Amino acid sequence: MFSYILKRLLTAVPTLLIIITIAFFMMRIAPGGPFDQERQLPPEIEANILKAYDLDKPVYEQYFIYLGKLLQFDFGPSYKFRDFSVTELILSGLPASFQIGGLAILLATFIGIGLGTLAALYQNQKTDYAIMGVAMTGIAVPNFVAAPILSLVFGVYLAWLPVAGWGDGAARNLVLPVISLALPQIAYIARLTRGSMIEVLHSNYIRTARAKGIRERLVVIRHAIKGALLPVVSYLGPAVAAVTTGSVVIESIYDIPGVGRYFVNAALNRDYPLVMGVVIFYATLILIMNLIVDVVYSFLDPKLRVSG
Amino acid sequence: MKIKQFKQLKAGLLAVSIALSGTLLTTPDNEALASGTLRIGNMGEPASLDPHFISGTWESGIVGNMFLGLTTEAADGTIIPGAAESWTVSDDGLVYKFMLRDHTWSDGKPVTAQDFKMALERILKPETAAGYASLLYTIKGAEEYNTGKAGPEALAVKAIDDSTLEITLSGPAPYFIAQLAHYTAYPVPSHKIEELGKNWAKDSNMVSNGAFTLSEWTPNAQIRLKRNPQFYDAANVSLDELVYYPQEDRSAVLKRVRAGEIDIQTDFASSDLKWLEKNMPDYVRIAPYLGVYYYPLNLDDDVLKDLRVRRALAMTIDRKILTEKVLRTGEVAAYSFVPPGTGDYGSSPEVSWKGMTQAERVAEAQKLMKQAGFDKSNAPTIRLSYNTSENHKKVAIAVAAMWKKALGVKTELFNTEVKVHYDNLKTRDFQAARAGWIADYNDPQNFLNLMESRNTSQNYANFNDNTFNDLMRKAELEADPVKRNDYMRQAEVIALNELPNIPIYHYVSKNLVSPKVDGWVDNASDIHRARYLSIK
Repeated sequence: MFSYILKRLLTAVPTLLIIITIAFFMMRIAPGGPFDQERQLPPEIEANILKAYDLDKPVYEQYFIYLGKLLQFDFGPSYKFRDFSVTELILSGLPASFQIGGLAILLATFIGIGLGTLAALYQNQKTDYAIMGVAMTGIAVPNFVAAPILSLVFGVYLAWLPVAGWGDGAARNLVLPVISLALPQIAYIARLTRGSMIEVLHSNYIRTARAKGIRERLVVIRHAIKGALLPVVSYLGPAVAAVTTGSVVIESIYDIPGVGRYFVNAALNRDYPLVMGVVIFYATLILIMNLIVDVVYSFLDPKLRVSG
Repeated sequence: MKIKQFKQLKAGLLAVSIALSGTLLTTPDNEALASGTLRIGNMGEPASLDPHFISGTWESGIVGNMFLGLTTEAADGTIIPGAAESWTVSDDGLVYKFMLRDHTWSDGKPVTAQDFKMALERILKPETAAGYASLLYTIKGAEEYNTGKAGPEALAVKAIDDSTLEITLSGPAPYFIAQLAHYTAYPVPSHKIEELGKNWAKDSNMVSNGAFTLSEWTPNAQIRLKRNPQFYDAANVSLDELVYYPQEDRSAVLKRVRAGEIDIQTDFASSDLKWLEKNMPDYVRIAPYLGVYYYPLNLDDDVLKDLRVRRALAMTIDRKILTEKVLRTGEVAAYSFVPPGTGDYGSSPEVSWKGMTQAERVAEAQKLMKQAGFDKSNAPTIRLSYNTSENHKKVAIAVAAMWKKALGVKTELFNTEVKVHYDNLKTRDFQAARAGWIADYNDPQNFLNLMESRNTSQNYANFNDNTFNDLMRKAELEADPVKRNDYMRQAEVIALNELPNIPIYHYVSKNLVSPKVDGWVDNASDIHRARYLSIK
């Protein structure tokens, strides 16, 4: 197992390098630079600024300078937020994103699996239709629609919860963003679970278990769920990476100080180091999550267990 | 059998979720803040709080509450003495001598003339790479030092003693006093910068000489300023704390204003105005703003270099429809480039065809196009570029329809994100484009300067008219304000005849201010320092 994990980690290094290289040059090819703005800079001042950030050098040279700094874990300064380094920005955004994303994924996993299982057990009955109807709506309604409606209803009309704001992570400030973020995930997970659960419930080993006279509840909890969860687990890997790194929509609607907004804003601002920082961070997280998924898989499915 | 068991499970889940929501809902209200706290929807995260590295109103609004320049703004935006108690000007209008007020930084160290000198040297130093340094080129030697042609000794700023500062200008610039209230001219605590370097502007490190000081800056969450007890006029400051929320989504911020979570919102969407006027009329503050929305026309372009075409395009834009039907937030139709109410300029010259009705303008424009060799059947196609924004799009579509209807001109709408748009303008890769300008300081020169040929970075149209350039140069060297205005007025007449830039409308500022806030005065600079505000 350990040598397998080690091997996977080693192959991750060239993968990351390729991602870094592509992202670096794609960013430079995009028209418009970090210092093009409504208030145009006099040429001399622009030259001063470009020089300060090594942007006056040829692109390939900038690339090697960047790689050299990366080796020392120096992600550089943000061009836009001059008082902060890229590392500081990402680290300061992580707690909020992890907190909201983590809670949303937990909520989505439990409710999604629960609902999906229920729907499968009552296949083609009213409960099933109700759950799947709600799930379809959850998938169809984008969160830039759901989030403002939730904050209007619970924040403005009922005034139960804050409309937006972080409040240093107080529980009341977390409720609406977590729910908004979890809703589509609940829907996906419920649909996935239902599909595979139906398949598993019709499989031979479940029939065997029932034939042995095991109580239905135990059949479902001990035997069926384990098999039915495989597709959910492979979905959860990238989903955890995506949800915990924040969502630009949820963060701007609820004013959450997370990293999600940097994915979009940094690219729009042509803030090269910040774009590179979030790309590397996200790619690493995806690589790690996929590795975890594969490891978990081998526990859930004996057929896939890797030897030594 | 299985049904019953799962019903139990379901009931259990429900109970847990209710219990969970119950505890959350009953948590005490931690948003209820002290009455001396003003909460501001800032509509943007500042790039920096170091006055030498900012460029936007969402930054200067915060920084301006922390620092006090030699001059500063009164509640109504007019310029009043700040860190300088008084000053004298030499007869030729070139040498300014400032007598500093006896006051201190928030850490108790006295603010000295040396601090001002060091601040000017810092922002102009080429290695500092401050984006806005060129605003200070009115000071003698500033341009040479900033562009690397001379050393710091060229800068004509002298600290005569701790409380006397002498600044010599490169030409008499009557707006210099107004410029000194701008953030580029704020003092910075040299003792702190030496000690902490780049980190001096973060959290509790920050030392300032204004009414408030920084107490917390969490990126993308909030910025807190607290009252500065060392401020020279602290006795007249009512608020204890300011909290700025950086949220950009205007409709989301509006919801927070409705819920009472935010007291001031510094911008709102035009599309919300109708609803606001009906439901929250006592919040809405719309006032004329020193800014112009205009379309530069590329004079290097084969079609647009013909004055008749430019004039026809300018005349067929129905500004009344644009401001009253398309924008609908009180914007003022522009027939001049310099906005009304700028400095002591008086009323700006206006385009010669302002007196015509729109129908007469269209008829005249059709005649001009015919003379230029175009009629409706062979009208040119013009690419109109704008940067991504709902407003710019609406205006561009309306203008395209007006040109098409009146002149048969086909318009290719070309939308790009802001960085690409301004890169295209800079490299003159456009035909007609959208641009806007908000005054840095209240003087017509700040607007007309956009069309001087030596302004290589902002003269998008590539306008190069010798008479215009000469008049602007004369105005720069003229100490008599009446003569100076006269030169600029003559220059503006030329610009309005030649139309390198088509003025479309003059901006308005749009604020939402809770009726609980006292001391707010609408003004053309849209500057509202918190030292004058209080909460009822």
